[in-house]
Amino acid sequence: MDCCLSRIHSSPVNIRQQHHNTLTCVCLPLQFEAEYRRFALKKNGAGSFQEFYQLLQTIHRIPGVDVLLGYADIHGDLLPINNDDNFHKALSSANPLLRIIIQRRDEDEPVVFPTNSLQRRKKGLAGLRPSQQKNKPALLIGLPQDFRQISSIIDVDILPETHRRVRLHKHGTHKPLGFYIRDGVSVRVTPQGVEKVPGVFISRLVRGGLAESTGLLGVNDEILEVNGIDVAGKSLDQVTDMMVANSHNLIVTVKPANQRNNVVHRGSKASAGNGSAGSGGSALSHESAHSPASQTVSQCSNSNSVAEGDSDDDDTDLIIESDNLPSYTPHRSLANGNIHGNTPSSGVFGHRPLPQSVSLPSSSSLSDSKASLSSLTTPTHNGSPTKTSSSQESMREDGNFITL
Amino acid sequence: MFFRLRPCALDELKHTLSFPFVQTVEHGFPNQPSALAYDPKLQLMAIGTKSGAIKVYGAPGVECTGLHKETATVTQLHFFPGQGRILSLLDDNTLHLWEIEQKEQCSHLEEVCSFMLPGRSGIESTSATRVTVLLPKLSCDLLAVGTEGGGVHFLELPSFTLLDRSIFQDEIMQSVPEEYKCGKSLGPVESLQEHPQHPDKILIGYSRGLVVLWDLQIFVVCVFLLQQLESLVWVRSGNSFVSSHSDGGYMVWPVSSSTPCTHEPVTSTIPYGPFPCKAVNKILWRTTESGAPLVLFSGGMPRASYGDRHCLTILQDSQHITLDFTSRVIDFFTIHCIDRDKEFDDPLALVVLLEEELVVIDLQTAGWPTIPSPYLAPLHSSAITCSYHISNVPTKLWDRVISAGQRQCHLQTHTNWPICGGKNLAPSPKQQELLLTGHEDGTVRFWDASGVSLRPLYKLSTANIFQTDCDHNDSLTQAGEEDWPPFRKVGCFDPYSDDPRLGIQKICLCKYSGKLLVAGTAGQVIVLYLCDEKSDHMIDVATVDLLQDREGFTWKGHDRLPPKSSSVPFAPGFQPVVLVQCMPPAAVTAVTLHAEWNLIAFGTSHGFGLFDYHRRLGFHSRCTLHPNDSLAMEGPLSRVKSLKKSLRQSFRRIRKSRVSGKKRVQEANAQLAEQDAEVTPVQRRIEPRSADDSLSGVVRCLCFADTFLRDGTHHGPTMWAGTNSGCVYAYALDVPSQDKFSEQSVEALLGKEIQLMHRAPVVSIAVLDGRGNPLPEPYEVSRDLAKAPDMQGSHSVLIASEEQFKVFMLPRVSAKTKFKLTAHEGCRVRKVALVNFSSVASEDYSENGLVCLTNLGDIHVFSIPALRPQVRYDCIRKEDISGIASCVFTKTGQGFYLISPSEYERFSLSARVITKPLCQLDVDRPHDPSELSSAGVHIIIPCHGIISVSVRQSHTKPMAHTKPSRQERASLWVMLKVKVQCLKCRQLQSSLEQFSHVGFM
Repeated sequence: MDCCLSRIHSSPVNIRQQHHNTLTCVCLPLQFEAEYRRFALKKNGAGSFQEFYQLLQTIHRIPGVDVLLGYADIHGDLLPINNDDNFHKALSSANPLLRIIIQRRDEDEPVVFPTNSLQRRKKGLAGLRPSQQKNKPALLIGLPQDFRQISSIIDVDILPETHRRVRLHKHGTHKPLGFYIRDGVSVRVTPQGVEKVPGVFISRLVRGGLAESTGLLGVNDEILEVNGIDVAGKSLDQVTDMMVANSHNLIVTVKPANQRNNVVHRGSKASAGNGSAGSGGSALSHESAHSPASQTVSQCSNSNSVAEGDSDDDDTDLIIESDNLPSYTPHRSLANGNIHGNTPSSGVFGHRPLPQSVSLPSSSSLSDSKASLSSLTTPTHNGSPTKTSSSQESMREDGNFITL
Repeated sequence: MFFRLRPCALDELKHTLSFPFVQTVEHGFPNQPSALAYDPKLQLMAIGTKSGAIKVYGAPGVECTGLHKETATVTQLHFFPGQGRILSLLDDNTLHLWEIEQKEQCSHLEEVCSFMLPGRSGIESTSATRVTVLLPKLSCDLLAVGTEGGGVHFLELPSFTLLDRSIFQDEIMQSVPEEYKCGKSLGPVESLQEHPQHPDKILIGYSRGLVVLWDLQIFVVCVFLLQQLESLVWVRSGNSFVSSHSDGGYMVWPVSSSTPCTHEPVTSTIPYGPFPCKAVNKILWRTTESGAPLVLFSGGMPRASYGDRHCLTILQDSQHITLDFTSRVIDFFTIHCIDRDKEFDDPLALVVLLEEELVVIDLQTAGWPTIPSPYLAPLHSSAITCSYHISNVPTKLWDRVISAGQRQCHLQTHTNWPICGGKNLAPSPKQQELLLTGHEDGTVRFWDASGVSLRPLYKLSTANIFQTDCDHNDSLTQAGEEDWPPFRKVGCFDPYSDDPRLGIQKICLCKYSGKLLVAGTAGQVIVLYLCDEKSDHMIDVATVDLLQDREGFTWKGHDRLPPKSSSVPFAPGFQPVVLVQCMPPAAVTAVTLHAEWNLIAFGTSHGFGLFDYHRRLGFHSRCTLHPNDSLAMEGPLSRVKSLKKSLRQSFRRIRKSRVSGKKRVQEANAQLAEQDAEVTPVQRRIEPRSADDSLSGVVRCLCFADTFLRDGTHHGPTMWAGTNSGCVYAYALDVPSQDKFSEQSVEALLGKEIQLMHRAPVVSIAVLDGRGNPLPEPYEVSRDLAKAPDMQGSHSVLIASEEQFKVFMLPRVSAKTKFKLTAHEGCRVRKVALVNFSSVASEDYSENGLVCLTNLGDIHVFSIPALRPQVRYDCIRKEDISGIASCVFTKTGQGFYLISPSEYERFSLSARVITKPLCQLDVDRPHDPSELSSAGVHIIIPCHGIISVSVRQSHTKPMAHTKPSRQERASLWVMLKVKVQCLKCRQLQSSLEQFSHVGFM
């Protein structure tokens, strides 16, 4: 995700003001029978992405088919169109022809937007590449709306350079956190000389786990803090319990065993390459705010960094109200009369989305500031256009998966 | 002790409550006793333990405790009669002198000094100076010390000054006629006995069989026994003495100066002969006015047939009783007349200290019945499986329980307790407290926990309603299986459980209605009520299926306990109303009772059920199993590697009661390590709890409450259940009014289901009223015993999980406050309780708090409903898993936890409610020597040329109580005590010199 985002961002964007009123779109539906349509579009009255999407569906007579849109930018890169921002970007980059590639969204075959994909195809570079690389599955990069932040380096400005504060976002993934910790001896340099103190270290990373996939934690990294609490003097079991208790939003401050990849304070863009969307993203949002794509990122990361201040309220419990409870208020029992057949003893629910109303504890019960924070934190990890959707909707989306 | 006080809320500041943490008293029987002593003058008994503790007991309520700095076994204890001084010998060969000190209202045991016998020059072997016996002279100024090397040394008391008049073996050898010498060595000194009439005469018995009588330095008489000597005792007149031997016999020897050497005893018997017998370890000979002397001895049983019995024989004339104990005899003594002018001993009582209990026999009443002990109760007569505390027990229930208990006691006299030294100063308790303990053998014992001594009140056995292999009639009353020896089973320690399924898991008692709910290991839930009449009836049995036709599960654990099909006789006391059996018969993990609604709720690892015991009808049950949870189905007995493990478990169960707390912890740790070792040695996986963790369906807590669940204006009966996976179910109950109870049935409707995001096990649930106070118990309001809860303001529910506390507003269940304990401290919640802390300053001001014990053994107090941390204390060692698991809190801020299988430690967090021994012991310590020892400087005898002087204790005492003038202040009495120790051999080298009046300042 981060790679893709940073690449989108790093591709030089030339904004040349177009003075044409209309622009021409060429559509190349890739995986249908090669069908090309050419049509004109009013540049100013282009409207929203949704309108454009529906327009394409009617033009191609494929209503209801789930498709992905891409366009070729001036460098020949195939870039996605999936929200208003990049749609407008695409329009603005057309001079005046905009080539749009429509592709059926396929579950099996991930959609890839590689760099220079079009140019390469044109120049036949693909044939020159070594075959073994070709066999390698292409780097799997999803759409930004499918992205969710899983980790970040935070508080770079306040921590010593030798330390790293990593935030792991467990919620919503099937992936295990995937690491083990152990007791060990840490060497501290004190005015009195070198001192050996007991410490807690990462002993193992599970392959395919969240911790490993972030690349931010390594074996033998010393754990200094867990969610802001110093682990000095705590037993291994205590640290384990603290981490498990915070696992929904785990912030560990480590002293990496490998000190070569430390974040340098004045964030150069290199740091963004390591997937540090949290720190990198917020820095980038100032430098290149004109890029719509990066704006999405920075919005997302901003909302997260706000939440950091109050990591407390993102573990809101799920309260399922069984509405077959005859209430004293008549309208309620009427509204829910249809589910009476579902007696509570009939089996588990709560793992299945049964027709019970699911409600979040109202934010009004919390203090105002907390409420706004929690509403920000809860659904917005995917940083997508659905950001505006209410928390209830996002929960229904997730179905039996509770990602509050 | 770590202490931290956080700022309180404004209203709290007005009456700032302090939560002082004190461990007040230990209840129960000392774990692993190893020594016994009795002071006939002060009438005090002292017990020493393997962990180095000394416990002194007098009249009920009079007790004090001392703990040696060294954790070594106390091998011997001796009182200095009347002085309140105790001499202890540890197995590290050190002697310690203890004094009973009176401080305010409490008596304390304080160690005054310690001593180690110096090595004899030239002899390096430590065994030569190893102390085997001690004899403090009755005059209390001299101590004779017998050693393994055969020497007898004399120490001046209380200073422990070694006198230069030791008797060494070679001296003896020279004085003894040739034919009495058996080889080169006499063996260790086995016994030292002071002549009852002539204090200068000492009888010395050597292990190899030589007995000599010394009058100061002069050899008087000697006898030689063919058998190895075990013990010696004088006959009161001093004309003869009795020796007991390793062959199971004893002999009476005459003492006359005319025949200094003798081979011929007056009598010689082997009571349990003629086949080989075990040694008679100790013998006592007590003369009686009525004629025949009373002979009491331990051991001596025929080796082949009864060699494994723990027996003590009482013989008088033709009367012969062999007391058959269930654990080893440590020591025994008789309480008898010590007046020198009286001619006879006339023993009152025999006190036997066994490894697991104390037995007192009334020797004055015919038949020698036992006297029930008012303290030192053997809590662990069967292993304790759960405990439950009820404070403020109504007098009505109290009296009925006591009367039911009194009818249970057979073969007990109600003679006054013979050990009655000291005065109990504790005021009579303001309220009665009951402690209920559930045991492995299916019994529930009721204890009076109002005072310092935990007194047994009543014993309820649930085994008799089930068909088990064994007959459960009280076997203690039955006579022995054969006529000879005339065995009599005495004592109640019985660690062997007939059927592990009988074990009690949960107890709940309604103190107003006398309804008791007892639940056990095989899913049995028994509702009982207190009845003053005998009855004989069939038991109603109901089965509740908790699986609810869930497919794919088969229970592989134990079967349910089959109830008896015929009618069962019940003695007055708690009699069963109905037996509910859960299917599958997994151990019950939570119960609750609401006597006003006639409802019970119970939960196992599979689900929970609601039962109306009035109509004998289960009206709701719910399966809480997660589909992926396979472990829950296998039951406790057949889980992996079953045979090996269950064998190991059963051995452990047998051993459990015998192993000390410390060892058990080690064992538990080893077990934990063993489990971990199978995965990885010392690393911990960091993974959030997931929905399909094993045993996620275990029901951890249940609670009934009258509160708002449907809407904010109508309250009604509700039931709450919390599971291991952080799920809380809230039911609205439709309970018909009292008069319609038999017609209408109760209905339960699921109102809310709360899934805690962190999925930690729910430890406790409590509903708070509009003012934030816990709801009163059933009947409390209707009987005007408590203030009605505030039904105007909005109620809230407090849910305590293993990781955090949360208060939710009702009826919307919206989060109000929370405290994330684990996230902050890294400890997990083990036990919680809502406690009412009353202020010391004003009688009627009190505040509710949430008390929590964590897996690290520390106690936290939080305010409710704000959940602000108030204070934190270290309470139990974190390795002491069984101690933490056994902890139970009272409603007034006290608590109990097991420090060993047989002892509860009581602690208090409330400044107002403290139960500790307040007593007075009038010691008569001769002034002079004590003054000397405390107002002097011990001067050094260099031992290895290295001398260290350490001022151990110094305090100043003004001459007069009037304000001293400057002049006077300059000459205060300075009491210095200097302890001198040789740095090299750690030996105390001391002598005494007056050094009291010192110009100072």
